[in-house]
Amino acid sequence: MTVLSLRGIAKSYGGNTILKSITFEAEAGEFIALVGPSGCGKSTLLRIVAGLDHADHGDIAIAGRDVSRVPAADRNIAMVFQSYALYPHLTAGQNIAVPLAMRRLTAMQRLPLLGSLLPGQRQICADIQRQVDEMASSLKIDHLLGRKPGQMSGGQRQRVALARAMVRRPSVFLMDEPLSNLDANLRVHARGEIVDLHRRAGVPTLYVTHDQSEALSMADRVAVMIGGNLLQLADPREIYDNPAHIEVARFLGQPKINVLETRMDASGVVRFGGLVLAGENRSAAETPVMVGVRPEFVRVRADNGGMLRARVERMEFLGSEVIVHTRLDAIGGAVTIKSTPSEAASLSTGMPVGVDVTPERVMLFGRDGERLAAKPIGMMTVLETANG
Amino acid sequence: MITTSLSMGRVARLTVLSLGALIFLAPYIFMISTAGKAQSEIFSSSLSLIPQQWSYIENFSKALSRVSMSTLFINGVIVCALIFVVQVVVAIPCAYAMAKLRFQAARTMMLLVMIGLLVPIHATALPLYVAFDRLSVLNSYLALVAPFSISVFAIFLFLQFFRAIPDDLIQAARLDGMSEAGIVVRVVVPNAWPAITAFAIFSVVAHWNDLFWPLIVVTNQDYATPPLGLLYFRAAEAGDDYGALMAATLIITLPLVTAFLLAQKRFVEGITMTGLKG
Repeated sequence: MTVLSLRGIAKSYGGNTILKSITFEAEAGEFIALVGPSGCGKSTLLRIVAGLDHADHGDIAIAGRDVSRVPAADRNIAMVFQSYALYPHLTAGQNIAVPLAMRRLTAMQRLPLLGSLLPGQRQICADIQRQVDEMASSLKIDHLLGRKPGQMSGGQRQRVALARAMVRRPSVFLMDEPLSNLDANLRVHARGEIVDLHRRAGVPTLYVTHDQSEALSMADRVAVMIGGNLLQLADPREIYDNPAHIEVARFLGQPKINVLETRMDASGVVRFGGLVLAGENRSAAETPVMVGVRPEFVRVRADNGGMLRARVERMEFLGSEVIVHTRLDAIGGAVTIKSTPSEAASLSTGMPVGVDVTPERVMLFGRDGERLAAKPIGMMTVLETANG
Repeated sequence: MITTSLSMGRVARLTVLSLGALIFLAPYIFMISTAGKAQSEIFSSSLSLIPQQWSYIENFSKALSRVSMSTLFINGVIVCALIFVVQVVVAIPCAYAMAKLRFQAARTMMLLVMIGLLVPIHATALPLYVAFDRLSVLNSYLALVAPFSISVFAIFLFLQFFRAIPDDLIQAARLDGMSEAGIVVRVVVPNAWPAITAFAIFSVVAHWNDLFWPLIVVTNQDYATPPLGLLYFRAAEAGDDYGALMAATLIITLPLVTAFLLAQKRFVEGITMTGLKG
């Protein structure tokens, strides 16, 4: 069932286009990560969904109801902010109770002294307190309820912010880089907790992050946004293995994908070193294309074999793996290779090496960055003599 | 060596500061001294700080009996409190809107606030006086309070302070279901106490001591504020009785002096905060 649907959301600020017609849908219980470099419009999109900002064009529907003109408070959306945005003058318990109190109590009942005299107020307050306690114990923050945000650590504040967002059972849950203010150790731990919490609550979640490992490890589907465009929305494996656009391929993966420029002849054949790919050439003339292959699908060979000839420029030892930076002899393009320490043991800086790629893992991109269909039709070892 | 040279510097600094303090305090000390002198001693050719004959009781009882001190105090408290409350009630929502809401007139309003900061009360005093006269509201609390109800200084001070409140906090409050008015009351004000305290100091000190405006709009002693009362005291009641006049002045300055001594730290905080921000 579709819970959240966005259609053609566009936004610009004073001539700067931030979002260009974003369209996607989130299913019930789905965890979608919006990922992209800073300034790609992901936070703006989140704010538009929340109702804190208004789109210039496009519609938002939650559970089938068009909410494009509905104010933030009436959308039943909860949000966790990067800064947590806890009320500094209230204790953790009071912070968590705020969204409930604002919804369940009337303006009269919320008055400090008079309110407690009104019928029903005591009952509702007790009820709210019970819900706050339940939420707190499920997040293991019972002992923090009496403390103010200033007296808590980053991780504790983050949990209180989560509790405040979850307590009112929202129909959509939004998170704006909730882990970026935590230290590295805590971040990995908190990832697991958020995924766990999401699974228990079953509320569809939009999670904004600029950290690709967060996006890939936590989300059911990952939406990659670059320059105000939603370039691809797919599950993490698909988006990593089969990027639809060169920017998606470049954004995801550490170290970055190797991209080399070459040409496609009129019949659609691309030759790159010893690798031959068959694509489809719509223009029926020689066109420039880009070949992409991830560092883990490139192998370095100390012997004279391999499809390409290269020279080792630099090596980074990372414990379980070694990143070998090489430069191709023929065209001067840089190729990064993820190698093992045992393989790299025989290498040294400046050494001439052979480079092999896994042909099925080579991707072809057009000049505009769009992915092109390509099939490897042959590969051969380039002999040292042939390379000059 | 270092400690001695440091303490030498310290001694020099303290000497300069003490001298400065003495110069600033001299009129007040002299006032305290005069308040305890008999009429004959004030006009004698010899000058001494300590009265030869202690006549504090006499002077104070004269000061308290000749003008209605309680009326002056009550008027002072009412006027200062009204001005402060109205200023805050007007300035906080205004500053919130200018700091955190996006609307067309924001720039124009900022410009108006800046212009407002540049115009002194003396420039608008005459037109205001004429207007109050036509409305026949001279000699009333309204005439004393109304011209100060919109304080551009307060708007400016709160504006600077509210800009530092994170946008996320305001947006979280909106998502939690608060109206804009609710945000002001429940989120902005509880976090703005330092700014409100600082402004309270400025406002109350300025209006408790203000003589200019009450002198223009008030002729009826029933509405006289403390400084105006002193003026009447000198002109009508005391004649040349400086001893009683100084005693009355001492009484009137006492509340602010006590408040300052009790909340010295707050005063300094308030002034440094506005100094940094404004």
